[in-house]
Amino acid sequence: MKRQYDLLIIGGGPGGALAAKTAVEKGLSVCLVEKRPAIGAPVRCAEGIGKELLTDFLPPDPKWICTDIERAELIAPDGFSMLLEPRMAGNEVGYILDRKVFDRELIWKAAEAGAETYVKARATAPIMKDGAVAGAVIEQHGKIYDVHADIVIAADGIESKFARWAGINTTVPLREIETCAQYLMTGIDIDSQKTSFFLGNEVAPAGYVWIFPKGDGIANVGLGIGGGKSGAGHRAKDYLDRFVSRMFPDGKIIELIIGGVSICKPLPCTVADNMMIVGDAARISDPITGGGIYNAMYTGRLAGETAVNAIELGNTKKASLMPYDSEWRASKMGKALDRNYAVKEVFTKLSDEKLNTIIHSIAKLNLEEFSTLTLITELIRANPSLLLELKHLRSFL
Amino acid sequence: MLNIRRDICGYCGACVSVCPEGALELIDAYLTVDHTCIDCGICEKVCPLGALEVIKE
Ligand code: SF4
Ligand code: SF4
Repeated sequence: MKRQYDLLIIGGGPGGALAAKTAVEKGLSVCLVEKRPAIGAPVRCAEGIGKELLTDFLPPDPKWICTDIERAELIAPDGFSMLLEPRMAGNEVGYILDRKVFDRELIWKAAEAGAETYVKARATAPIMKDGAVAGAVIEQHGKIYDVHADIVIAADGIESKFARWAGINTTVPLREIETCAQYLMTGIDIDSQKTSFFLGNEVAPAGYVWIFPKGDGIANVGLGIGGGKSGAGHRAKDYLDRFVSRMFPDGKIIELIIGGVSICKPLPCTVADNMMIVGDAARISDPITGGGIYNAMYTGRLAGETAVNAIELGNTKKASLMPYDSEWRASKMGKALDRNYAVKEVFTKLSDEKLNTIIHSIAKLNLEEFSTLTLITELIRANPSLLLELKHLRSFL
Repeated sequence: MLNIRRDICGYCGACVSVCPEGALELIDAYLTVDHTCIDCGICEKVCPLGALEVIKE
């Protein structure tokens, strides 16, 4: 590990990997540190991603794609099931990844392009100079290194501490986190090309249950519940155990995966002097689906590009990095975050009866396209009384 | 005082993100709490496994 780099990246997930690859390809010296001993493990993800989102970054590779999803199914609280065929499933249909392999592939690409990568290397504090970040103290194998960098990218995920140490409040409000538990199960009777989503306060209050197939008879079976609904005796794992014993009493559990997903608004500002924040650390998971892989890769790449430009200009102050923040907010992803946040605020408060009404009425339509937009329109149609609450949503329609 | 049940914790980091004081930190595969903890109990609620308990003195 050298003492000085152009760019220091904290965290080796998809966001950090894309930032590293992008910047090193444009000639920056890049150091990426990952506190875990292995990239990609432990997995903290349901592993689903939309097809066209993924191909924005790299061609699909059977090495890290477990299944190609053809259909999706939405199950209302009353058990009524609505099937979404490819024609109308749009974004909801995609790939189920093997994140352990996928994350390694991304880091490998960054390393191959020339980025230095260090595992079991943890940032323990920022190095501050005149009130601005100037690098980080890195601990690895019992040794402590002062690593200076023109720019630091915080890509340290949901448990991010780096930005907070540098003075940015990253606290996620309790009611705006989904607390999640998932089993990787085998020996279960499922359609291996169909994802299923179960809604309802019985199965997952202020969240949903997912079944994401990873092969024949194998699936990620998991759920998230709103943080405000979680407590002793009714935690994510309690709900999951109940669901699994009802649906798959004979299935075998071969992995336990847990995690938190923020469904709050993104951080008010994702740049500071000499620093950018990307991915889950910036609180930019999708507030409806909880999906964050694409968002992390997108912001990682954009932060990498911004770093290159800023260093070329010889100015890495906040104003010079600001294009990163404004560009992702104005992007399709940024707009979807805004809209989906507003929709989430309404959806998570719906009673089971209302959810039933909505899903029944959507199923009756011959939808050409299934998207969050159609959902909102239907929501309003089925619940004219909600119109007032939804006023602020109209601007997104 | 916050008691961390290491035998239960699955080191997911959900608690770290909701702590208003920044008192928690996930160091590789174990969770730590420092003196800034105010025993507010938010982390205790959010944990998907129930690994945290605020013990009233
Ligand atoms: S939320 Fe629970 S399982 Fe996750 S790191 Fe915190 S204590 Fe451990
Ligand atoms: S009890 Fe409150 S202050 Fe203490 S660690 Fe938990 S969330 Fe943070």
